[in-house]
Amino acid sequence: MASRLTALWNWFDARMPTVAEQWRIHASEYYAPKNFNFWYFFGSLALLVLGIQILSGIFLTMNYKPDATLAFGSVEYIMRDVAGGWIIRYIHSTGASAFFIVVYLHMFRGLLYGSYKQPRELVWIFGVLIYLTLMGEAFFGYLLPWGQMSYWGAQVIVNLFGTIPFIGPDLALWIRGDYVVSDATLNRFFALHVIALPLVLLGLVVTHLLALHDVGSNNPDGVEIKKLKDANGRPLDGIPFHPYYTVKDIMGAVVFLAVFCIVMFFLPEMGGYFLEYNNFIPADPLKTPPHIAPVWYFTPYYTILRAVPPLFNSQFPGVLAMGIATLILFFLPWLDRSPVKSIRYRGAYYKTALAVFIVAFLVLGYLGTEPTTVWGQFGFDAFFLDTKDRATWVGRLCAVVYFLFFFLMPWYTARDAVKPVPERVTR
Amino acid sequence: MRKLALLLLLCLPLGVLAAEEGYPLDRSPNDLRDLVSLQSGARTYVNYCLGCHGAQYMRYNRLTDLGLTEAQIRDNLMFTADKVGETMKTAMPPKEAKTWFGVAPPDLSVVARSRGADWLYTYLRTFYRDPKTATGWNNVVFPNVGMPHALWTLQGERSLAIETEKELGGGERTAYKWTQLSQGAQTPVQYDATVRDLVNFLVYVSEPAATSRRAIGIVVLFVLGVLFIFAYLLKHEFWKDVK
Repeated sequence: MASRLTALWNWFDARMPTVAEQWRIHASEYYAPKNFNFWYFFGSLALLVLGIQILSGIFLTMNYKPDATLAFGSVEYIMRDVAGGWIIRYIHSTGASAFFIVVYLHMFRGLLYGSYKQPRELVWIFGVLIYLTLMGEAFFGYLLPWGQMSYWGAQVIVNLFGTIPFIGPDLALWIRGDYVVSDATLNRFFALHVIALPLVLLGLVVTHLLALHDVGSNNPDGVEIKKLKDANGRPLDGIPFHPYYTVKDIMGAVVFLAVFCIVMFFLPEMGGYFLEYNNFIPADPLKTPPHIAPVWYFTPYYTILRAVPPLFNSQFPGVLAMGIATLILFFLPWLDRSPVKSIRYRGAYYKTALAVFIVAFLVLGYLGTEPTTVWGQFGFDAFFLDTKDRATWVGRLCAVVYFLFFFLMPWYTARDAVKPVPERVTR
Repeated sequence: MRKLALLLLLCLPLGVLAAEEGYPLDRSPNDLRDLVSLQSGARTYVNYCLGCHGAQYMRYNRLTDLGLTEAQIRDNLMFTADKVGETMKTAMPPKEAKTWFGVAPPDLSVVARSRGADWLYTYLRTFYRDPKTATGWNNVVFPNVGMPHALWTLQGERSLAIETEKELGGGERTAYKWTQLSQGAQTPVQYDATVRDLVNFLVYVSEPAATSRRAIGIVVLFVLGVLFIFAYLLKHEFWKDVK
């Protein structure tokens, strides 16, 4: 049996040696630093979630109906009458949130260890493109269950494009394909969600990985392992990705799947954060819900949007701020002037800035899920108070922190008291 | 680094506690494992609710989940359908319903998921007589609701006086004073149990797979636990030679 398999493989390999060659380049002879820690699980986990989403998504499309009169019912049909349908649906809805959790942690890893710095600028840029595409993918997908939050969330976000001067209204009309979010919108969002953006996403993921494997992985010490090689040209601090990191990532994947399954089987709504309660009410174009909140993964940017006061009766400044907040990520490799990569060797400036930034980001995220009245109002009046809602002012403060983290970065990273970086990776 | 990770994890559940204003909701004592309660809730639903509120995504024959046979379902629960595979649709035409009540009564298939069990349990027990509304009924959880008190023959009629009371510490609180105007067929304790069963049934209908979901989940987690042991040993074995 074994010899037959070998013979079959040899036959295949003689005709298509590319497969074995690529396997060597990207797995068995791809040397990764041996000191990857906890934070390095999230790259492979993101790939796993992408696979889970594509697979569960395929099965959902078999029974979902992208039709404004049937969509809501077809989701309930999947939940009740399709064999195993509720598992598929919960896999996909939990997977959506899991994707963002994993991607946010993956990005945080980049901030911790300076993974975006020279020579990995392209890896980072493709990563930011993946993040933006993922936001689009999530936004289009969220309309499909055709609940109240699907509908009004889409209405609000499309209207954001409507605030752009001159072209705005026409642009919003072009995106919706109608004057309001309607059946036409649902159909095109379905097309974008199930084929257009997944293709873009897959292409970007391949590019992200190719770019990474050309320059090699960073590590928690921020040491370039390619600088020191043995007689065979192998990095002294590198180990082949396969089998070392494949077996390690399998272990990580099992733990991840356990957490995933706890949510999926016991808390599929996750307290209204993964599946919003109001989304179990069918979309009603004539009834605006009192409180429209996007799903949790958009809320930091939603708070930034709400924090900026309208100018000349237009919400555009807020939209602009939100746009800058996401696009600024592209410039991170050039904003960071620190001579070291890893947080282990950075000084107090960057450590403080990163900690304050993370707290601000989490507060922005929390505030976006709540009405602006959540923390009550100030008891006094002053000329500069355009709103007395405390939460709006905290949101503004956090938005300022968010932007200062990036805008002041060239200044504080260049002046930071860094520690010497070792030659080799540490344990 | 570990400390930072821990700190981030601790920050995640921030703001799960957001205070809601208005009438305080009672905690619903429903239990999805209680088949007798679910059957009683199904009976109340088809007798008192289905006339106006359908559960159009729920099939009658799925009620075998509640320990009923198809014959029992056909004989006792099906008033508006012919075949046991049909869904629980209401017989009331939605257009006329809108003329009568101002708004078409919503379908209740997933109402327990949008409103929550506590809301339903409180809502169905807090109707009161109000001469100012078209139906003569009002509700303290859902003020000026279009729906009259469908279960009033069971609970009887009540009136409500909302007063502001001074607290000892100097603050104020809203006091809800209920007065029983006429007796219903059930005592307050019996009525609470009826509503509990009805809410239990609505919670079941909103996600019929919920019970098997948890059962499967335990098996899946057990399998993953076993798998983790092997994954850990495999990793440990390979990584022995990494220095």
